[in-house]
Amino acid sequence: MGMTITEKILAAHSGREVVRPGEFVNARVDLMLGNDITAPLAIAEFRKMGAERVADRSRVALVADHYTPNKDIKSAEQCRVMREFALSQEVAHFWDTGRAGIEHALLPEEGLVAPGECVIGADSHTCTYGALGAFATGVGSTDLAAAMATGECWLRVPPTIKVVYRGELKPWVGGKDLILYTIGRIGVSGALYQALEFAGETIESLPMAGRLTMCNMAIEAGAKNGIINPDAETERFMKSVTSRSYQPVVSDPDAEYVRTVEIDCAQIEPQVALPHLPENARPVQEVGEVTIDQAVIGSCTNGRMEDLRIAAALLKGRKVHPRVRLIVIPGTPKIHLEAIKEGLGEIFLAAGAVLSTPTCGPCLGGHMGVLAAGERAVATTNRNFVGRMGHTKSEVYLAGPAVAAASAVLGRIAHPEELS
Amino acid sequence: MKLRGRVHRYGDHVNTDVIIPARYLNTSDAKELAAHCMEDIDPEFVNRVEPGDIIVGGEDFGCGSSREQAPLAIKTCGVSCVIAASFARIFFRNSINIGLPVLVCAEASAEAAAGDEMEVDLASGRIENLTQGRTYQAEPFPEFLQQIIAAGGLVAHVKKKVTAGG
Repeated sequence: MGMTITEKILAAHSGREVVRPGEFVNARVDLMLGNDITAPLAIAEFRKMGAERVADRSRVALVADHYTPNKDIKSAEQCRVMREFALSQEVAHFWDTGRAGIEHALLPEEGLVAPGECVIGADSHTCTYGALGAFATGVGSTDLAAAMATGECWLRVPPTIKVVYRGELKPWVGGKDLILYTIGRIGVSGALYQALEFAGETIESLPMAGRLTMCNMAIEAGAKNGIINPDAETERFMKSVTSRSYQPVVSDPDAEYVRTVEIDCAQIEPQVALPHLPENARPVQEVGEVTIDQAVIGSCTNGRMEDLRIAAALLKGRKVHPRVRLIVIPGTPKIHLEAIKEGLGEIFLAAGAVLSTPTCGPCLGGHMGVLAAGERAVATTNRNFVGRMGHTKSEVYLAGPAVAAASAVLGRIAHPEELS
Repeated sequence: MKLRGRVHRYGDHVNTDVIIPARYLNTSDAKELAAHCMEDIDPEFVNRVEPGDIIVGGEDFGCGSSREQAPLAIKTCGVSCVIAASFARIFFRNSINIGLPVLVCAEASAEAAAGDEMEVDLASGRIENLTQGRTYQAEPFPEFLQQIIAAGGLVAHVKKKVTAGG
């Protein structure tokens, strides 16, 4: 019996020929990640472990992205703890304000994650990197501390659900719509403790940006990791970001899956997930008349250049609805600069949007766009839980960049076609 | 070890944003975090909770963000253990790692009511609802996790390795 890509990577990183679902392994971690919210706690635990130096400074990445630029004094203190640790430990990959991007947009752009690698991050959306053919999963701060001290992380090998996508995508449908539709099908705990392997002809022709968006939200179905077998598109992307070598692995033809889900993509409309769970996905046409107060385009889910281009194409020559605040957040400084060079920055500002520096800010109700009681937002982010973006009586509707941009112009949740 | 306390009952998909809202994550201070525990799902929780109390959730308890501040806030409130029909995986591992007992038991979860008095024997996984006179058996922990639990959490478990020079 063969192994899935997830099983192969975990076996290779724990010195085993074969691993099977349910087994526990201590896996060697190629890259470990923390941010300004999770790293300070990890640093405290690291010290309690009696560790003095990180096991391998070249495998540690620390990103000040959540409450930055420092939103208040306490956040500044948290960032200071992380900065001092990064500098004193000579952590190889540390980004501070000005150079920092949203971690899951930044690390792939820096070429720090490659096919076949094992990555853990003290951030639930670490599963994003599965798009590159890596095993990547979110863990807690103490896990990060242990990995920094030992270079390893305990993991239980997950069973894998294979999701096969077939058919051509309709206009305005992208990775975000595919993943929202999938979560709607299997539910927010539909892949609990399991790996989600995305496959099929539609995925094979999906550009890397869309793949990253899909794997990013695997956690929203409860999955341990989302993953896509590396192919020509993966190679193209890797060549564009790094020249380093890596060892890709793919699932065996006779690998065992706990379940296979087939999805006919030709039927999928642009999706919107209604409050207060990502599984409340439905076609935008079925949402009804929902007016909005705010739109957010950005985050680790949809803050890449491709997302900004989609939004800008719809906003060009148009104005954001007078009742709506549109906040556009490029994922990284590089994307920010590219957006300015390409003229997207001018389109956003002329439309009446805010063009923010990279930050996770509004996605988790931290800063840069917190909602008041009774307010409603459409957002390209990943969670629409109660109070996620602010007051417990506010609402978040999740969508892709096209629906978010069209909705910002029309002042209500709208299909992009309504603009033409 | 036996734990005993009153039940605080919640439903399915209790996420880490409601356990400890992100607006309070600008600190790592456990006591400060505990002061806002469960605030967005049950604002009165912190006033009601007594040392030893037990949180009972439904399916997928602790879903969402990886924030370890969620189990940390619960533990620091004095909650002795969390029982649920199922746990989100990062919350589960965080709890094991920081030494907050978590038990998987769908029946105990389904039948528990707010205010019930419960007793939990961690060694055997036996859960007794004293108010209803019902007993249940939680799923046993795999041996791998029992070692971390026995050490008192991942910090102590790793400390042994670090100080042994391994």
